[in-house]
Amino acid sequence: MSKLTLKTEGDTHVVVTRRFAAPPEFVYRAHTDPKLLQKWLLGPDGWTMPVCINEARPGGKIRYEWTNGKGGGFHITGEYLELEPHSRIVHVERMHLPDPTPDNHVETRFDADGSGTLMTIRMTLSDAQTRAAMLATGMEGGMEASYVRLEELIYNSSSHGTQLGKQAHS
Amino acid sequence: MDTSPNLDAAFSALADPTRRAILARLAQGEATVMELTAPFEMTQPAISQHLKVLEEAGLVVRRVQGTKRPRRLAKGGIEAMDQWLAMLRNALERNYDRLDEVLASMEKPKKGEKR
Repeated sequence: MSKLTLKTEGDTHVVVTRRFAAPPEFVYRAHTDPKLLQKWLLGPDGWTMPVCINEARPGGKIRYEWTNGKGGGFHITGEYLELEPHSRIVHVERMHLPDPTPDNHVETRFDADGSGTLMTIRMTLSDAQTRAAMLATGMEGGMEASYVRLEELIYNSSSHGTQLGKQAHS
Repeated sequence: MDTSPNLDAAFSALADPTRRAILARLAQGEATVMELTAPFEMTQPAISQHLKVLEEAGLVVRRVQGTKRPRRLAKGGIEAMDQWLAMLRNALERNYDRLDEVLASMEKPKKGEKR
Protein backbone atom coordinates (compact mmCIF):
# COMPACT_ATOMS: atom_id res chain seq x y z
CA MET A 1 0.00 0.00 0.00
CA SER A 2 1.98 2.95 -1.25
CA LYS A 3 -0.36 5.87 -0.95
CA LEU A 4 2.32 8.47 -0.51
CA THR A 5 3.98 10.30 -3.36
CA LEU A 6 6.73 12.83 -2.97
CA LYS A 7 8.43 14.62 -5.80
CA THR A 8 10.27 17.77 -6.66
CA GLU A 9 8.77 20.30 -9.02
CA GLY A 10 10.86 22.91 -10.77
CA ASP A 11 13.82 24.15 -8.76
CA THR A 12 12.10 25.22 -5.59
CA HIS A 13 9.08 23.03 -4.92
CA VAL A 14 8.45 19.75 -3.18
CA VAL A 15 5.03 18.16 -3.66
CA VAL A 16 3.62 15.46 -1.40
CA THR A 17 0.32 13.68 -1.97
CA ARG A 18 -1.46 11.18 0.21
CA ARG A 19 -4.95 9.67 0.15
CA PHE A 20 -7.04 9.14 3.25
CA ALA A 21 -10.19 7.11 3.83
CA ALA A 22 -11.83 9.96 5.77
CA PRO A 23 -13.59 13.04 4.36
CA PRO A 24 -11.73 16.37 3.92
CA GLU A 25 -13.30 17.83 7.03
CA PHE A 26 -11.69 15.15 9.20
CA VAL A 27 -8.29 15.46 7.61
CA TYR A 28 -8.43 19.24 7.90
CA ARG A 29 -9.31 18.99 11.60
CA ALA A 30 -6.49 16.53 12.19
CA HIS A 31 -4.12 19.19 10.82
CA THR A 32 -5.44 22.08 12.89
CA ASP A 33 -6.41 20.57 16.26
CA PRO A 34 -3.38 20.38 18.59
CA LYS A 35 -4.75 17.38 20.48
CA LEU A 36 -5.08 15.46 17.25
CA LEU A 37 -1.75 16.63 15.85
CA GLN A 38 0.03 15.35 18.95
CA LYS A 39 -1.24 11.89 18.14
CA TRP A 40 0.26 11.60 14.72
CA LEU A 41 2.77 14.29 13.72
CA LEU A 42 5.63 12.57 15.46
CA GLY A 43 8.13 11.27 12.96
CA PRO A 44 10.21 8.24 13.84
CA ASP A 45 9.18 5.86 16.59
CA GLY A 46 10.05 7.04 20.05
CA TRP A 47 9.49 10.74 19.39
CA THR A 48 6.75 12.79 21.02
CA MET A 49 5.49 16.33 20.63
CA PRO A 50 5.07 17.75 24.14
CA VAL A 51 4.43 21.29 22.88
CA CYS A 52 1.88 21.85 20.14
CA ILE A 53 0.66 25.38 19.55
CA ASN A 54 -1.61 25.71 16.56
CA GLU A 55 -3.67 28.87 16.22
CA ALA A 56 -5.73 28.02 13.18
CA ARG A 57 -6.59 31.50 11.94
CA PRO A 58 -4.85 33.88 9.54
CA GLY A 59 -1.84 35.29 11.37
CA GLY A 60 -2.10 32.56 13.98
CA LYS A 61 1.07 31.01 15.35
CA ILE A 62 2.42 27.51 14.95
CA ARG A 63 4.96 25.98 17.26
CA TYR A 64 5.74 22.29 17.44
CA GLU A 65 8.40 20.92 19.77
CA TRP A 66 9.58 17.35 19.47
CA THR A 67 11.69 15.26 21.78
CA ASN A 68 13.05 11.75 21.64
CA GLY A 69 13.02 11.46 25.42
CA LYS A 70 16.80 11.09 25.50
CA GLY A 71 17.79 14.72 25.37
CA GLY A 72 17.35 15.03 21.63
CA GLY A 73 14.86 17.44 20.17
CA PHE A 74 14.10 20.39 17.97
CA HIS A 75 11.22 22.64 17.13
CA ILE A 76 9.59 24.47 14.29
CA THR A 77 7.74 27.75 14.30
CA GLY A 78 5.43 29.22 11.73
CA GLU A 79 2.46 31.40 10.95
CA TYR A 80 -0.81 30.78 9.22
CA LEU A 81 -1.49 32.88 6.13
CA GLU A 82 -4.79 31.54 4.83
CA LEU A 83 -7.32 28.97 5.95
CA GLU A 84 -10.30 27.76 3.99
CA PRO A 85 -12.12 25.15 6.08
CA HIS A 86 -12.01 22.31 5.16
CA SER A 87 -10.20 22.53 1.88
CA ARG A 88 -7.02 24.57 2.06
CA ILE A 89 -4.33 25.79 4.45
CA VAL A 90 -1.43 28.10 3.63
CA HIS A 91 1.32 28.67 6.16
CA VAL A 92 5.01 29.34 6.46
CA GLU A 93 7.32 27.42 8.74
CA ARG A 94 10.96 27.08 9.63
CA MET A 95 13.00 24.59 11.61
CA HIS A 96 15.26 25.62 14.47
CA LEU A 97 18.38 23.50 14.52
CA PRO A 98 18.86 25.67 16.58
CA ASP A 99 19.43 28.38 13.97
CA PRO A 100 16.29 28.96 11.93
CA THR A 101 16.23 27.54 8.42
CA PRO A 102 14.88 29.71 5.59
CA ASP A 103 11.10 29.85 5.46
CA ASN A 104 9.24 27.03 3.83
CA HIS A 105 5.98 28.25 2.27
CA VAL A 106 3.45 25.43 2.45
CA GLU A 107 0.09 25.10 0.75
CA THR A 108 -1.98 22.10 1.84
CA ARG A 109 -5.11 21.15 -0.07
CA PHE A 110 -7.77 18.65 0.98
CA ASP A 111 -9.84 17.55 -1.99
CA ALA A 112 -12.76 15.13 -1.81
CA ASP A 113 -11.83 11.90 -3.49
CA GLY A 114 -14.74 9.50 -3.55
CA SER A 115 -15.63 8.99 0.11
CA GLY A 116 -12.11 9.96 1.11
CA THR A 117 -9.60 12.76 0.69
CA LEU A 118 -6.70 13.49 -1.57
CA MET A 119 -4.27 15.70 0.31
CA THR A 120 -1.72 17.68 -1.69
CA ILE A 121 1.08 19.54 0.07
CA ARG A 122 3.06 21.96 -2.05
CA MET A 123 6.17 23.37 -0.41
CA THR A 124 8.02 26.31 -1.88
CA LEU A 125 11.57 27.13 -0.87
CA SER A 126 13.38 30.32 -1.78
CA ASP A 127 15.80 28.65 -4.18
CA ALA A 128 17.27 25.35 -5.27
CA GLN A 129 20.07 25.56 -2.72
CA THR A 130 17.63 26.05 0.12
CA ARG A 131 15.56 23.15 -1.05
CA ALA A 132 18.63 20.96 -1.18
CA ALA A 133 19.53 21.98 2.36
CA MET A 134 16.01 21.20 3.50
CA LEU A 135 16.20 17.78 1.97
CA ALA A 136 19.52 17.17 3.65
CA THR A 137 18.54 18.23 7.14
CA GLY A 138 14.84 17.80 6.86
CA MET A 139 12.66 16.23 9.35
CA GLU A 140 9.87 18.32 10.87
CA GLY A 141 8.32 15.16 12.25
CA GLY A 142 9.01 13.50 8.98
CA MET A 143 7.28 16.18 7.00
CA GLU A 144 10.30 17.68 5.32
CA ALA A 145 11.14 14.22 4.21
CA SER A 146 12.75 13.76 0.96
CA TYR A 147 14.50 11.10 -0.74
CA VAL A 148 13.16 12.81 -3.79
CA ARG A 149 16.32 13.46 -5.61
CA LEU A 150 17.83 10.06 -5.32
CA GLU A 151 14.60 8.47 -6.32
CA GLU A 152 14.40 10.63 -9.41
CA LEU A 153 18.01 10.19 -10.11
CA ILE A 154 18.54 6.55 -9.50
CA TYR A 155 15.18 4.97 -10.07
CA ASN A 156 14.33 6.89 -13.20
CA SER A 157 17.63 7.37 -14.87
CA SER A 158 19.32 4.10 -14.30
CA SER A 159 17.28 2.21 -16.82
CA HIS A 160 19.87 -0.51 -16.83
CA GLY A 161 18.90 -1.40 -13.30
CA THR A 162 22.08 -0.96 -11.38
CA GLN A 163 21.98 -2.16 -7.84
CA LEU A 164 21.96 1.37 -6.51
CA GLY A 165 18.28 1.99 -6.17
CA LYS A 166 17.54 -1.19 -4.37
CA GLN A 167 19.50 -0.81 -1.18
CA ALA A 168 17.29 1.55 0.71
CA HIS A 169 16.16 -1.11 3.10
CA SER A 170 19.48 -2.63 3.94
CA MET B 1 21.20 9.58 12.60
CA ASP B 2 24.83 8.80 12.13
CA THR B 3 25.11 9.08 8.42
CA SER B 4 27.88 10.42 6.27
CA PRO B 5 29.23 13.80 7.36
CA ASN B 6 29.01 14.72 3.69
CA LEU B 7 25.23 14.59 3.51
CA ASP B 8 24.84 18.34 3.38
CA ALA B 9 27.41 18.60 0.62
CA ALA B 10 25.86 15.68 -1.19
CA PHE B 11 22.38 17.15 -1.27
CA SER B 12 23.74 20.55 -2.20
CA ALA B 13 25.67 18.96 -5.02
CA LEU B 14 22.40 17.56 -6.29
CA ALA B 15 20.80 20.99 -6.46
CA ASP B 16 22.27 21.43 -9.93
CA PRO B 17 20.57 19.80 -12.94
CA THR B 18 23.83 19.26 -14.81
CA ARG B 19 25.30 17.40 -11.87
CA ARG B 20 22.17 15.28 -11.59
CA ALA B 21 22.49 14.43 -15.26
CA ILE B 22 26.13 13.49 -14.75
CA LEU B 23 25.18 11.17 -11.91
CA ALA B 24 22.42 9.67 -14.00
CA ARG B 25 24.96 8.94 -16.71
CA LEU B 26 27.40 7.44 -14.22
CA ALA B 27 24.62 5.26 -12.83
CA GLN B 28 24.91 3.41 -16.12
CA GLY B 29 28.62 2.88 -15.76
CA GLU B 30 32.04 4.45 -15.63
CA ALA B 31 32.79 7.32 -18.01
CA THR B 32 35.62 9.67 -18.89
CA VAL B 33 35.32 13.44 -18.72
CA MET B 34 35.17 13.54 -22.50
CA GLU B 35 32.31 11.06 -22.56
CA LEU B 36 30.54 12.96 -19.85
CA THR B 37 30.94 16.23 -21.70
CA ALA B 38 29.51 14.95 -24.98
CA PRO B 39 25.77 15.21 -24.14
CA PHE B 40 26.08 18.75 -22.80
CA GLU B 41 26.55 22.09 -24.44
CA MET B 42 29.31 22.83 -22.00
CA THR B 43 33.06 22.92 -22.11
CA GLN B 44 35.17 20.17 -20.63
CA PRO B 45 36.52 22.47 -17.88
CA ALA B 46 32.94 23.31 -16.89
CA ILE B 47 32.09 19.62 -16.63
CA SER B 48 35.31 19.02 -14.70
CA GLN B 49 34.24 21.69 -12.25
CA HIS B 50 30.94 19.92 -11.70
CA LEU B 51 32.79 16.64 -11.23
CA LYS B 52 34.95 18.26 -8.62
CA VAL B 53 31.88 19.27 -6.63
CA LEU B 54 30.51 15.75 -6.90
CA GLU B 55 33.82 14.25 -5.81
CA GLU B 56 34.10 16.55 -2.83
CA ALA B 57 30.58 15.58 -1.84
CA GLY B 58 31.62 11.94 -1.85
CA LEU B 59 29.30 10.99 -4.68
CA VAL B 60 31.83 10.35 -7.43
CA VAL B 61 35.29 8.81 -7.45
CA ARG B 62 37.96 8.65 -10.12
CA ARG B 63 40.60 6.09 -10.97
CA VAL B 64 43.75 6.31 -13.02
CA GLN B 65 43.91 4.44 -16.29
CA GLY B 66 46.92 5.55 -18.31
CA THR B 67 46.31 9.16 -19.17
CA LYS B 68 42.59 8.86 -18.48
CA ARG B 69 40.75 9.45 -15.23
CA PRO B 70 37.45 7.68 -15.62
CA ARG B 71 34.79 8.55 -13.06
CA ARG B 72 32.21 6.35 -11.44
CA LEU B 73 29.59 6.64 -8.73
CA ALA B 74 30.89 6.38 -5.19
CA LYS B 75 28.83 3.61 -3.70
CA GLY B 76 29.27 4.68 -0.12
CA GLY B 77 28.16 8.25 -0.67
CA ILE B 78 25.11 7.30 -2.67
CA GLU B 79 24.16 4.64 -0.14
CA ALA B 80 24.43 7.05 2.75
CA MET B 81 22.06 9.45 1.03
CA ASP B 82 19.75 6.66 0.06
CA GLN B 83 19.53 5.42 3.62
CA TRP B 84 18.97 8.90 4.93
CA LEU B 85 16.15 9.47 2.49
CA ALA B 86 14.60 6.10 3.20
CA MET B 87 14.64 6.93 6.88
CA LEU B 88 12.94 10.27 6.31
CA ARG B 89 10.41 8.69 4.04
CA ASN B 90 9.64 6.07 6.64
CA ALA B 91 9.11 8.78 9.21
CA LEU B 92 6.72 10.54 6.88
CA GLU B 93 4.81 7.38 6.11
CA ARG B 94 4.63 6.53 9.77
CA ASN B 95 3.05 9.90 10.45
CA TYR B 96 0.33 9.29 7.94
CA ASP B 97 -0.26 5.72 9.06
CA ARG B 98 -0.85 7.14 12.51
CA LEU B 99 -3.11 9.80 11.00
CA ASP B 100 -5.16 7.02 9.37
CA GLU B 101 -5.82 5.66 12.85
CA VAL B 102 -6.68 9.09 14.24
CA LEU B 103 -9.13 9.66 11.40
CA ALA B 104 -10.74 6.27 11.92
CA SER B 105 -11.38 7.13 15.55
CA MET B 106 -12.88 10.56 14.86
CA GLU B 107 -16.62 10.92 15.07
CA LYS B 108 -18.85 12.61 12.59
CA PRO B 109 -19.84 16.09 13.80
CA LYS B 110 -23.50 16.41 14.74
CA LYS B 111 -25.79 17.82 12.12
CA GLY B 112 -25.75 21.57 12.02
CA GLU B 113 -22.63 21.74 14.14
CA LYS B 114 -19.77 22.99 12.03
CA ARG B 115 -16.63 23.69 13.88
